Amino acid sequence: MTTLTDNGTALSTASLFRFATAGSVDDGKSTLVGRLLHDSKSVLADQLDAIERTSAERGFGGAPVGGVQQLDLALLTDGLRAEREQGITIDVAYRYFATANRSFILADCPGHVQYTRNTVTGASTADAVVVLIDVRKGVLEQTRRHLAVARLLRVPNLIAAVNKIDLVDYSEARFRSVEAGLQLAAADLGETNLTVVPVSALVGDNIVGRSERTPWYGGPSLLEILEELPALADLETGSESFRFPVQTVLRPQGALAPGLDPATYRDYRGYAGQIVAGTVRVGDTLTVLPGQRSTVVSGIDMAGEHLDEAFAPQSVVLRLREDLDISRGDLLAAPGTSGKSSQDIQGSLCWLSPGTLHPGAGVLIKHSSSTVRGIVQDILGRLDLTTFTEQPASRLDLNDIGTVRLRVASPLPVDSYAESRHTGSFLVIDPANGNTLAAGMVTGPGPATTGDTGSSKEPDAS
Amino acid sequence: MSTYTGNRVLSSLDALESEAIHILREVFAEFERPALLFSGGKDSVVMLHLAAKAFWPGRVPFPVLHIDTGHNFPEVLDFRDDTVERLGLRLVVGSVQDYIDDGRLAERADGTRNPLQTQPLLDAIRTNRFDAVFGGGRRDEDKARAKERILSLRDEFGQWDPRNQRPELWKLYNGRHTVGQHVRAFPISNWTELDIWRYIEREGITLPPLYYAHPREVFRRDGMWRAVGEVSQPAPGEQVQVRTVRYRTVGDMSCTGAVESDAASAAAVVREVALSTITERGATRADDRISEAAMEDRKKDGYF
Repeated sequence: MTTLTDNGTALSTASLFRFATAGSVDDGKSTLVGRLLHDSKSVLADQLDAIERTSAERGFGGAPVGGVQQLDLALLTDGLRAEREQGITIDVAYRYFATANRSFILADCPGHVQYTRNTVTGASTADAVVVLIDVRKGVLEQTRRHLAVARLLRVPNLIAAVNKIDLVDYSEARFRSVEAGLQLAAADLGETNLTVVPVSALVGDNIVGRSERTPWYGGPSLLEILEELPALADLETGSESFRFPVQTVLRPQGALAPGLDPATYRDYRGYAGQIVAGTVRVGDTLTVLPGQRSTVVSGIDMAGEHLDEAFAPQSVVLRLREDLDISRGDLLAAPGTSGKSSQDIQGSLCWLSPGTLHPGAGVLIKHSSSTVRGIVQDILGRLDLTTFTEQPASRLDLNDIGTVRLRVASPLPVDSYAESRHTGSFLVIDPANGNTLAAGMVTGPGPATTGDTGSSKEPDAS
Repeated sequence: MSTYTGNRVLSSLDALESEAIHILREVFAEFERPALLFSGGKDSVVMLHLAAKAFWPGRVPFPVLHIDTGHNFPEVLDFRDDTVERLGLRLVVGSVQDYIDDGRLAERADGTRNPLQTQPLLDAIRTNRFDAVFGGGRRDEDKARAKERILSLRDEFGQWDPRNQRPELWKLYNGRHTVGQHVRAFPISNWTELDIWRYIEREGITLPPLYYAHPREVFRRDGMWRAVGEVSQPAPGEQVQVRTVRYRTVGDMSCTGAVESDAASAAAVVREVALSTITERGATRADDRISEAAMEDRKKDGYF
């Protein structure tokens, strides 16, 4: 990556920023991603040669002008044979580029049949979502859906890139009209923080540098926006309630790493996991869920290093003062901060499967480090994307977003998704073939005895 | 080690390390018989280093698997054996040469053996009943790899179906599979070549010496420097000379090229990679130049 040329080591403290792009068919998303990579100098010479060759073979952009072949930048991202042949993007692709301050991971989410599935996938880990809109088409149903999904998954930053501005002669009036429509759609969702930027992915306006052809805009380019926005980790204060799903118990006994003293480590017992929220210090009291047992942290280890404290998202091993029966699937949490573990869960589902969900379906629920059997007891409603309100429903189909009530076989230590992206999320899995059927977000733990919590007008997980 | 920045945000390298360790532990906890692909190449060396960290103070709790093309650089095989011994691991080897010797595979016209690794790999997975295989594949390596999941299901024929992959959400990896299927796990999916080298530098990881600048007898072919060796001989007209080179990838010796370089340490390589204008596969892998979809086709068949 040539953006690092001045000093490769300047990156040592650079942070990671994950973002997803979403758009409808022919909005020019692959071209936008290609442009972002190309203009940030993240495309290397041999990759460029390859797309130049292919562009020429296909006569992209007509005859070369002054010996310069126009580049079909979409070829940079459309990686599968079928994608190149059909000129479409089939599956989420991940791209990597870096500037002096940030390393970016880009989830490029195509807008075809499985567009919700792809957008939900990209948004689930994203610090920002860039929704692409064709300025000539304005806000489409898919645009509203992308915004709703990003909002539902609580992506902290939403950006709308109004593309193909070159095709309307850089008309401010056309841009402002689309911008107004976008802000209206965002307001319907309760989203007040939508950044709108006019771009031309094909020509490169406002992608990396600011364009002189949009003097009426005057704002930062897309890349400048991405460099400045706070990542989810930047928004965390460190005072979040500690959450640590136990992945596995390390009790090496006879199977110690070579070179370690058996006398020191014979009775070693540590709980391995990744901190998903908050901070932990040696001496902290923690609650073990389910069961509400109490324990004290006696050590924090990371590959031979003993730490005084650790914070999300570090992977560590915790040693505890008490010898409790703790295993994979249990959650270590700051005392008094977690909801009760519950067998009854209410949640929003993004239904990602071609099959249909009916009430009574037997499923598997994967939450943190446990997988348990469950039943979908009720479908409480389905989100209408035209009005952003929840309507009564008795089934969910591909791309539907709805609210359901689940009963699971053993209590799960869930938080609401509004509080935690990790302890508030779950997968719905088909017990027959193991396929992932839906992405779930906890809206309320505890027995939902009445329907009144399910009639929220907002597609918000809170 | 973990660097605290002022506001408790992990550096990108710490975040990538933590993600990889989380994935290694998830797969270990959820599968019966995992194995880790280990060739002695830099990505697999980083993988093994991460596995050692993930399970400390225990030893790496699964065997390592190497598919030996029979065209390996001798110093890489020595390094492989030393590493396995140092960490107290069990090594399982699948040998392409054995398959050629007994006729199960035929040598290709172009002599390269990378594509021939698929059958011994799938057989080794089946005979050892491995249900999860860790690989050091990275999404930045190739356009087809960019579409790969972190946990990737393989059918009973070992095939990858890129059009029918499970959505991968949050940090919830769904590794459920039925009898005969297995899962490939790629914990360093999100690392770039530069991340790998910065990590090697930071952690002081030892690599086979040919990753660093050294004088070597080479000849020019297909725009690359090829080492003179048993399986890699100059054709008439290809002039042998001594150059200071290093390898960016170490695979089948007959199709892996060296680059001219005076980078003799990990720090020097970090600087060189940051300045590079050519991808590592473009620079050094003749077999990936065959077609736009060379990697996709191999992956669909069950390749790494």
